Amino acid sequence: MKILAIDTSNQPLSVAVTADDSLLAETTLTTHRKHAEFLMPVIEDLVGKAGLTPKDLDRIVVASGPGSYTGIRMATTVAKTLAATLDIELVTVSSLLALALNITKPAGLINPIFNARNQNLFTGLYQIKNGEPTPVIADQHTNITDWLADIADIDQQITIVGETAPFEAAFSQQFGDRLMVADKLAAIPDAAKIGLYGAKLTPVQDVDSVVPRYLRLTKAEADWRKEHPNEDTRHYVEKI
Amino acid sequence: MARNLILSFETSCDETSVAVIENGDTILSNIVATQIKSHQRFGGVVPEVASRHHIEQITGCIEDALARANVTYDDLSAVAVTYGPGLVGALLIGVTAAKAVAWAHQLPLIPVNHLAGHIYAARLVEPIEFPAMALVVSGGHTELVYMPVENRFEIIGETRDDAAGEAYDKIGRVLGINYPAGKQVDEMAHQGRDTFHFPRAMDQDANFDFSFSGLKSAFINTVHHADQIHETLNKNDLAASFQQAVVDVLADKTVRALHEYPVKQLIVGGGVAANKGLRERLGKELQAFPQTTLELVPLSLCGDNAAMIGAAGEMLYRHQVFTDATLNADPGLEFDWLGDSPVK
Ligand SMILES: [Zn+2]
Repeated sequence: MKILAIDTSNQPLSVAVTADDSLLAETTLTTHRKHAEFLMPVIEDLVGKAGLTPKDLDRIVVASGPGSYTGIRMATTVAKTLAATLDIELVTVSSLLALALNITKPAGLINPIFNARNQNLFTGLYQIKNGEPTPVIADQHTNITDWLADIADIDQQITIVGETAPFEAAFSQQFGDRLMVADKLAAIPDAAKIGLYGAKLTPVQDVDSVVPRYLRLTKAEADWRKEHPNEDTRHYVEKI
Repeated sequence: MARNLILSFETSCDETSVAVIENGDTILSNIVATQIKSHQRFGGVVPEVASRHHIEQITGCIEDALARANVTYDDLSAVAVTYGPGLVGALLIGVTAAKAVAWAHQLPLIPVNHLAGHIYAARLVEPIEFPAMALVVSGGHTELVYMPVENRFEIIGETRDDAAGEAYDKIGRVLGINYPAGKQVDEMAHQGRDTFHFPRAMDQDANFDFSFSGLKSAFINTVHHADQIHETLNKNDLAASFQQAVVDVLADKTVRALHEYPVKQLIVGGGVAANKGLRERLGKELQAFPQTTLELVPLSLCGDNAAMIGAAGEMLYRHQVFTDATLNADPGLEFDWLGDSPVK
């Protein structure tokens, strides 16, 4: 099975082409800020270098969030459009889980983190089961105080990975020498690992309905729902 | 001649639209998913909400457009997409999807200016004859565009502040009308009279530029003053007075431009081009220009849609205007500007 794997959830861009259990080509960039300009050219280049054409692909695997709204929209738009237009399979994975894949020899639990500013973070808690990260606490948008309270009972080692710097002191205070901080390279998503992981998952049933994992309503939407708690919010877009 | 089929994308604001256009002038399909109901909750377009809706809709619209046109990817000649002006996060969904489709099926990719789309909507009814002039009026734009020949667009006048459609929405809010207010204000205006005589800003200036913020302020001040002294104003007359001021300025500037730049066609496009008051007035004014025909974009194509992007895209296709996978959204995209040259 030939897979195109994509992650542009935050500043790094990682794209890989895999075949069965091997890597054919991969590019990871951390030096630019324009996924809109870089993502499709990187994909075109890699698929070509892997000796393939678009029609040779069998499956797209995308890290669909959480992360920067623009970043996860770029990756998800490319992924769902390619899957739909080529009529091939689509698998979406959590962008936090994608970082957990980088912790190859964990002791205890893995806690990936994206900084959402002002003491807020996107995070989740994972445990390795049968060699793969499995959620213990679901991905969420939260603040550091609430999150540390949620995981206060943990008595194992915990490895934080990702944009950890603003939160390391608080984690260290709670976990002491049970805290491990993953190295900087582990904070960069690796599309090859995402592709190989996604190869084993069941593809989505309805490609058209796939949206990024924002894990957070827009402010306008959140305010509106507070004032209209019982309203059905599904049918606001209509074809004319 | 083999038929030219363009799959076109438009996501610059709050409509997700995909169309298939044959030979630049025939609509095989034009799917429009509008988000108006969603943004009405907030009284206007919220950019992040718009982007989220576009990504929900985009692939379904592509499939519907192809199915409705009864064509497959193998039949297509090219992919065209709006890359500006507009909301950056909204534009990016169309641009990204169009790039993905173009690469997947190895089709050329055509970058289209949204305003060129509003103008080229006219050719879906009648061929455009050059030289031509276009008045584009919408929620985001009020521009006079001179086109000496095909594929040359020169702005000779534009709004210095609010777009005409924006002014409609703002005074609509004061009248208790939810966004988009244009249609309802137009209907009310037809039942009222111009009794307030609001200012016609820049109407006498020797340029082709517009300004609507003074008119908007005069309107709001009039209503607030009446509220303070507990006087009730006739809403239809308010609407009629506002609309008359807008239409006067748009018509006067357009007429002056037609004197300065004699053209074979005057094209009127954009969301506000659906306004009945404006259409009637321009029809009357054009009687003084027997060499110029008036091409009013049909109501169904005045709003944002991908058919117009395909119509402009086919013209660019003939001129070999192609781009590649590095195409980015350009929210402030502009045409060439003639406005600084002194008026003769
Ligand atoms: Zn428009």
